[in-house]
Amino acid sequence: MLEIRALSKSFGGVKATDNVTLDFADGSLTAVIGPNGAGKSTFFNLITGALKPDSGQILLNGVDLAGRSPPEIVRHGIGRAFQVASIFPSLTVQETMLAAVGADQRRAGVMHRRFPLAETRDRAEHAMELLGLASKRNRTAATLSHGDQKLLDIALALVLDPKVLLLDEPTAGMGTEERWRMIDKVRELWEKQKITVVFIEHDMDIVFKIAPEIVVLCYGRILATGKPDAVRRNEAVIEAYLGTEHHAEAAI
Amino acid sequence: MTELQAEQASKVLDNSVTQAKPRPNRDALIALAVFVVLALLPMLTSSKFLLDFVIRCAAYGLFATSLNLLVGYTGLTSFGHGMFFGLGAYGFGLMMQKTGVAVPVAFVATLAITFVVALVIGAICVRLKEIYFAFVTLAFQMLIHSTILSWVSLTGGDQGLRGGIPRPPFLGIDLSNHLHLYIVSCALLVIGLFLMHQIAQSPFGYTLRMIRDNATRASFIGIDVWRAKLTIFVLAALFASTGGIIMALFVSGAYPEFAYWTISGEGIFINMLGGVTTFLGPMVGTALFLILNDTVTRVTEYHGIVLGIVILFFAIGLRKGLMDFVIEWYAQRRERSGERAS
Repeated sequence: MLEIRALSKSFGGVKATDNVTLDFADGSLTAVIGPNGAGKSTFFNLITGALKPDSGQILLNGVDLAGRSPPEIVRHGIGRAFQVASIFPSLTVQETMLAAVGADQRRAGVMHRRFPLAETRDRAEHAMELLGLASKRNRTAATLSHGDQKLLDIALALVLDPKVLLLDEPTAGMGTEERWRMIDKVRELWEKQKITVVFIEHDMDIVFKIAPEIVVLCYGRILATGKPDAVRRNEAVIEAYLGTEHHAEAAI
Repeated sequence: MTELQAEQASKVLDNSVTQAKPRPNRDALIALAVFVVLALLPMLTSSKFLLDFVIRCAAYGLFATSLNLLVGYTGLTSFGHGMFFGLGAYGFGLMMQKTGVAVPVAFVATLAITFVVALVIGAICVRLKEIYFAFVTLAFQMLIHSTILSWVSLTGGDQGLRGGIPRPPFLGIDLSNHLHLYIVSCALLVIGLFLMHQIAQSPFGYTLRMIRDNATRASFIGIDVWRAKLTIFVLAALFASTGGIIMALFVSGAYPEFAYWTISGEGIFINMLGGVTTFLGPMVGTALFLILNDTVTRVTEYHGIVLGIVILFFAIGLRKGLMDFVIEWYAQRRERSGERAS
């Protein structure tokens, strides 16, 4: 269980995350939505250690991870993918996966053996199969399509066997069809892997279709949480973010 | 061509690494064969010039290849790597002159000193990014160079360590004998290259590539980036120091120029000449550089101008080193033959 307790972070006078308290149950799938500048990415950056919170706790199964470094947090089981695919351009898909598994097995510093290590193969293979990247194993990451780079980014997080997977706009920069393919893949992964998935998304059609739980952030605060229907009807959310269109759709 | 593009082109070769079964002994056999060939060279030629050339190649080659571990593999462009070359030469020379210990003891002690100095300097520098890293390493190099110049009672100041470095025989090896020095230099070169190649092809070598490509992402898959950078900084310093020791033995002395920033500049030049996308690029660059240097200095005293033009030709005109060309050509050839076959 991932529990966020009174998490706050300010940049100068701006409160990017303001006293956020949230629970993400094991195996849940939650969408984080909100207008631009709502503090969604900052929220992810705080959980993953890219930023240090001013105050508050980030408890993963009772262990407080607030303020720890990204490698430490990753080792505790929180993986993330980025808004702009964050990959290793010169490595092939296969090398990327093998090296990531090696890092997870604390073998990133091994010098007396040759890369790749035999014990990293199975997990790397599994992750490539899962994300549909196996046929592109020998392609360098830089030569992959935008969608495949996003998948590789997710594969990088997933190959580490995280308990919680944070996806920062997995469909960013994609066309409509590609978006749905990606989000179907996310849902499939969530169902197969039975891990906690939290994702940021701007496409409300996608959010209301696939997310069982929704968190709405605005000016760093939680505006609403709950099931899609409840969030869609929430007056504050309609006013701050959704507008009347989704409210009307809900009424229909 | 950028380093990234070059690496992608070289993937045709690199993919064999992931597909073929690892052959750990192959490198050792190649290293042994190279050493045997080099060791037999004096039987084929009596040219002292050629043997001297190989000794200088050993000194500069170890230095340049170790610099490539930082620049090419990790993306750490050090402008001060030459300080460890100078440290090796002075550390070893002083140890032999002042203490009179056996050569292997002085060798190990010099590496131990380099280890400590590199650890302290590295701990400060590897936190910095790009140009800041480059300039702070350069600043440390200037600090060491100034210390050598001003601590006259110990280092001889701008005159350097004069009076020769004593080289008492050990285990039947007499380094004052030119042939013995040649064989030992070759052995150190081959062992050094073997170890560096092992590092480059190990899981740690791939950790370095990840850091070069995207250090932030590397930290988000659990890699301690600072620690990995510090480790390679110290290891590269040890190989550069070994190059300095060979140089001190060769000239039987140590001079402030060994620790001057121009040595670091030459290291970068050698890497540009040979190419940083292949492991042996810097070694090829070393041979080219020494040939170029020797030839040009014989013809004109304005050798700096000529070398400068060559640098510009490689940096601006070709935008890659000689071995990068070879790899690209090889990759294209394989691609063409693959197309024909299909």
